[in-house]
Amino acid sequence: MSVITLSVTDLMLAAGLVVLLALLSIWMQLNLASKLVVAAMRTTVQLMLIGLVLKVLFANAQLIWVMALALFMLAVAGREVMVRQERRFGGVWGYGLGTLSMFVSAFATTVFALVFIVGTEPWYEPQYAIPLLGMMLGNTMNGVSLALDRLTTSAWQQRGVIEAHLTLGHEWRTAISAITRDSVRVGMIPIINAMAAAGIVSLPGMMTGQILSGTPPLEAVKYQILIMFMISAGTGFATMAASWIGARRLFDERCRLRLDRLTVRD
Amino acid sequence: METPGYTLCKYTISPRRAYVILRFMSRLSLIDIAVLDLQPVNIAVAEADCVCLTGPSGAGKSLLLRAVADLIPHLGDASLDDSLCSTMKPSLWRRQVGYLPSESHWWSDRVGDHFSQPHAMAFQQLGFDTDVLNWEVSRLSTGEKQRLALLRLLTNQPRALLLDEPTASLDAQGVTRVETMLGNYQQQHQVPLLWVSHDADQVERVAHRVFELQQGQVREVA
Repeated sequence: MSVITLSVTDLMLAAGLVVLLALLSIWMQLNLASKLVVAAMRTTVQLMLIGLVLKVLFANAQLIWVMALALFMLAVAGREVMVRQERRFGGVWGYGLGTLSMFVSAFATTVFALVFIVGTEPWYEPQYAIPLLGMMLGNTMNGVSLALDRLTTSAWQQRGVIEAHLTLGHEWRTAISAITRDSVRVGMIPIINAMAAAGIVSLPGMMTGQILSGTPPLEAVKYQILIMFMISAGTGFATMAASWIGARRLFDERCRLRLDRLTVRD
Repeated sequence: METPGYTLCKYTISPRRAYVILRFMSRLSLIDIAVLDLQPVNIAVAEADCVCLTGPSGAGKSLLLRAVADLIPHLGDASLDDSLCSTMKPSLWRRQVGYLPSESHWWSDRVGDHFSQPHAMAFQQLGFDTDVLNWEVSRLSTGEKQRLALLRLLTNQPRALLLDEPTASLDAQGVTRVETMLGNYQQQHQVPLLWVSHDADQVERVAHRVFELQQGQVREVA
């Protein structure tokens, strides 16, 4: 069984639906038409570009190029985490905290899966490495940004409670432990929900894609399970790392709550 | 199921058990402490001394107390007897130099969760039954909250107290209760008090010395 290739006309037909939706939203004065069109164009251009990049990369499967693309993906994910924060850490921490957590967690789990589980040859085989890393980053990015947002927002709202702990001589860990726990929990809810609903409520995208391209369903399912486990581990580690480092960063060496280290989004 | 007596059993001190009162006789000194646009402040509060800080709102009285409690970055230092704040572990400093903010905050729903070693006698002194440990924080009145916050602070047995308008939101009875409680603690343990107050009558009642904070300057007025 092989893939049925899509022609330009096929895509134009699908695009017609989006245009129809845009016209409908103009008629309903939803103010969404331009956003919708821009987003549709972005998705087209971005996906075409990554398609080209992957094509070139698959032809030149060298570690340095794979790493370059991987780091670029990480950089974009890190920026995405940063801009989603209502109150983010000032200076290099604003970008570094999320990026570092994702780097440690997503890269480690992806390399682990490539080397010890999938066993690709060479281990950085881009056909496996890039999609795996992409899925890891996409999900850890969600987890980390949710967790950090919860951490900084709660710390801001509950500064009185945190300082009440401090004035009574409690350590910073105790003072913020409830908030740290809560942010880890919030960061992990999406992946836990996804695992619980997988196969019943939703058919995960990667599995669907593999099935569409002719992979036997059970093989596709096994890959999806692997991905789910990796994503939950990766998201969990990244979320914990980000929450813990972030919580630490909210206090200085004299154990003072330093909310001035957060900057508010304009 | 949690019976009402459960928490008490763990902590109640038998009436026959000797009750040791520590006389701390400690001395609190502010050494060139400066925050934001405040001029460096030097005040020494001797044992059992009560120094009141007055001044218009926004003059930085609370900032000064928070700096002494080492809760905000500041210049200068503070000392308790011979120990400098900057050389002491922050948590230890804050346990010894107890800071009571004007508004109390509570992290748990139940009052008892905020006390590591509730002391039945202290509760009674403040007009509470020990049953208060099972109350919900959200149902406390402002006065009850403030008195319990003070009690929560005093269970640490601080050797000096920083009080930021401790009776600002209380009715006359509440004010008397808190003042009595502070007076008792101060007498028993001979601790220095640094007390921010807006209430001239209160200052008259409690202060041994009065400092005024105005336009970033601190000067002794009485």
